[in-house]
Amino acid sequence: MARRSWISQAACIAWKDLHIEGRSREVLYTMGFMAALVVLVFSFAFISGQETTVGPDAVAGILWVAVLFSGTVALSRTFDRERESEAIRSLLLSPVPRSAIYAGKLVATAAIMFLVELLLAPLLAALFSAGIMPHVLWLGLLLLLGTIGFCSVGVIFSAALLRARSRDALLGALLFPIVIPVLLAASRATAYLLDPTAPDLDPALFWTRFLAALDVVFVVVGLWSFEPVVMGE
Amino acid sequence: MNDRVLRLVNVGKTFGRHRALADVSLAFVPGRVAAVLGPNGAGKSTLLGLLSTLSQPSQGRITLGDEELSRHSPIRASIGYVGHEPGVYGDLSARQNLRLFASLYGLANAERCIDEMLARVGLEGVRSEAAARTFSRGMLQRLALARALLHAPEILLFDEPGAALDPAGAAWLAGELQREREAGRLVVLVTHDLAAAAAIATHVVVLRRGRVARDQTRASFSADELRAIYEEATRGKA
Amino acid sequence: MLATMPSARRSSASFLAGIAATLVGFLLVPLLVANAPLEKTMGVVQKIFYFHVPCAWLLMLSTFVCAGGSLAYLFAGSERGDRLALCSAELGVLFGLCVMVTGPLWARAAWGVFWTWDVRLTSSLMLWLMLIAYRLARRYGGAGGRRLAAAMALFAAADVPLVYLSVNFWRGLHPNTKTVSSLAPGMRLPFFTSLLIFSALWGVLLALRMRVERAHSRLAELAIAVEDAEEESL
Repeated sequence: MARRSWISQAACIAWKDLHIEGRSREVLYTMGFMAALVVLVFSFAFISGQETTVGPDAVAGILWVAVLFSGTVALSRTFDRERESEAIRSLLLSPVPRSAIYAGKLVATAAIMFLVELLLAPLLAALFSAGIMPHVLWLGLLLLLGTIGFCSVGVIFSAALLRARSRDALLGALLFPIVIPVLLAASRATAYLLDPTAPDLDPALFWTRFLAALDVVFVVVGLWSFEPVVMGE
Repeated sequence: MNDRVLRLVNVGKTFGRHRALADVSLAFVPGRVAAVLGPNGAGKSTLLGLLSTLSQPSQGRITLGDEELSRHSPIRASIGYVGHEPGVYGDLSARQNLRLFASLYGLANAERCIDEMLARVGLEGVRSEAAARTFSRGMLQRLALARALLHAPEILLFDEPGAALDPAGAAWLAGELQREREAGRLVVLVTHDLAAAAAIATHVVVLRRGRVARDQTRASFSADELRAIYEEATRGKA
Repeated sequence: MLATMPSARRSSASFLAGIAATLVGFLLVPLLVANAPLEKTMGVVQKIFYFHVPCAWLLMLSTFVCAGGSLAYLFAGSERGDRLALCSAELGVLFGLCVMVTGPLWARAAWGVFWTWDVRLTSSLMLWLMLIAYRLARRYGGAGGRRLAAAMALFAAADVPLVYLSVNFWRGLHPNTKTVSSLAPGMRLPFFTSLLIFSALWGVLLALRMRVERAHSRLAELAIAVEDAEEESL
C-alpha cells in the first residue's frame, strides 16, 4: 500500500470540504449574508443625521466583528457536515495523521471565509466611503492572516464540540476570549491602513507582523494539540 | 490474508463513574464471524470502539498478532468499520466518497478498486454519480460497506449494520459477511438480531453488564441454540 | 474515608501548616500595610495596591498552572493534571474577580474613571475571560468538554505574552511606570509579604479544592468497586 505524504492527505481533506462547498455553496451564502447583516446592523446603529461615514477605527472594527461572527457560522456549519451520518468517524478511522485532518479543515475553512471577506471589504468601502484602494493588497494579506488565526483555534474548538448539545451557543463563547489578540491586531492594522491622515504606516507594519507571529503560535499549538483533543475518551 | 489473532487481555473501560467493560478477555480468529450479543448497555459498542482504536482501554491490553493496538499504530489501516450511521459525506457522490477514502488510505490503482467495489455493492453506473444524500437507507448502507471494504482490511467490525435494513437488504448483507468470512477475514458483528447472527456466526460472545457471560465457538449455531445461549447467559437481572 | 489513607494523612499535616502560615500572615500583613508609608499623590487609596497586585499575580499563576495541568492531562493522560487544571482555573476566576473589583476602585480614585484600558488591567481582563471560558467548557462542553477545556488552557497560556505585548502596544501612548521596581523602600516589605501570604492562601485553597476533586474520583472508584462486588456475589 502506497503511503501518501502528510501534505497530500491534508490536501485531500481540504479539497473534499471545498468540493462539497462548491456544490452546495451553503456556507458561502449563509456566512456572506450574516456578515453583510452585521455590517448593516452597525451602519444603522452608528450612522445618524447627515453623517455618511464613521472613522477608520470604527470601519475596521465593524469589518472584523463581521468576520468573527460570520466565521463562527462557517465553522459550525463545516463541522456539522462531519457529524451528519458520522463521517468524522470514518475520517478518524483512516490511517491519516490527525494533524493532517486539522490542517485540511483549517485550509478549507479559512479559504471559504476568505472568499466571503473579499466581498465584504468592498461592501464596507462602499457603505462608509472607506479608502481601501491605496493599500488593497496589504488589506488582503491582513484578512488572510486574521482568518488563519481565527480558524486555527476555531477548528479545534468546533471539532471538540462536535458531541456537545449546545455547541453552537458555546463555540462563540469559548472561541472569542482566545482570539481577542487576533481581533485586536487585525483591527488596529486595518484602521491604520484605512486612515488617510495617518502620518506613517509603522504601526500597521507592527500589527501585521504581530498577527503573523500570532498565527504561527496558534497553528503550532493547534497542530500539536488536535490529536489528543479529538481522540475519544 | 494473514492469520493474526485479535486478542483482548483483561480489558476494562470506565467512563467517570460508569464501568462499561470489566475484565474482558477474548480472542477473535480470522475466518470466523464473531457475533457479540447482549442487552442494551452491556458494553457492546464500547467493545467495538476499543477494537476500532477510536477509544483506549482503561485497563488491560488489546493486540493484533504481536502488535499492540494504539491510536498511532498503522493497524488503523487494517480495520474496516460499518456502524449504524453510514459514515460517508452526503454531499459527495458514491464514487467521490470512495475516491476520497481511497486516497486517504493511499490505495494503488484506486479507480479499478472503486469500480469493482461499486459493482459488488450494486451501486455502479448512474447511481454512483448521484449525491449520497439522495440515497435510500439501504443504498447508504451498501456504500458504507463499500467504504469499509475498499482498503481490503484484515479486520471487519460491524455495529448493528442491519438495524435499518429491510429483510432483502439484511439478507444481502449477511451474504456479504459470509463472503468476507470465507475470504479469511476476521469479522466482529455486534447485533441484537439473533436470527441474523445465527445464520453466519461461528463464534458467539454474550456480554452482560460489561463482562463476558458466554464465549463459545462452534461450526454453526441454529437460531434456537443461539437463543438458548443468549437467554441462559443473560438470565437474572439485566 | 480519606483520613484512613496514609498519603491523605501526610498531606493533612502540610495542609494544616499551610493554613497556620496563612492565618499568621493575615494577622501580619494588615499591620505592615497600615504602617507602610503613604504614597505622595494618591495617599491612602494606593494601599489597595497591596491587595490588587497579588490577586493579579495569582490570576496569571493560575493560568499557567492550569495550562501545565492540562498539558499533563492531554499528552500523558494524567487525571491528577486534569484535577489540578480544573482547580487552578477556578481559583483564577476567583482571584480574577478580585482584580476586576479592586482595579476599577483604584482607577476611580486615581484617575476619576472606573475603567481605563490600562495595559495590566486589560491583560488581566482577557486572562480572566479565558479562565471563565475554560470553566464553561468543562461544565457544558459535553463528552469532549474536558479535552476542549485543556486545549483552551494551552491556547490561553500561549496567549499570555501575546496579550500583554499587544495591549502594551495598543495602549502604548500611556505613560507606563514600572510600578514594582520603583516601589519606595518602605513599601517593599509589606508588598512582598502580602504577595507571599496571598500565594500561600492560593496554595491552601488549591489543596482544599484538589481534595474535594480527589474525593469525587475516589467516590467514583468506590462506586465501581461496589458494583463489581455485587457482580461477584451473584
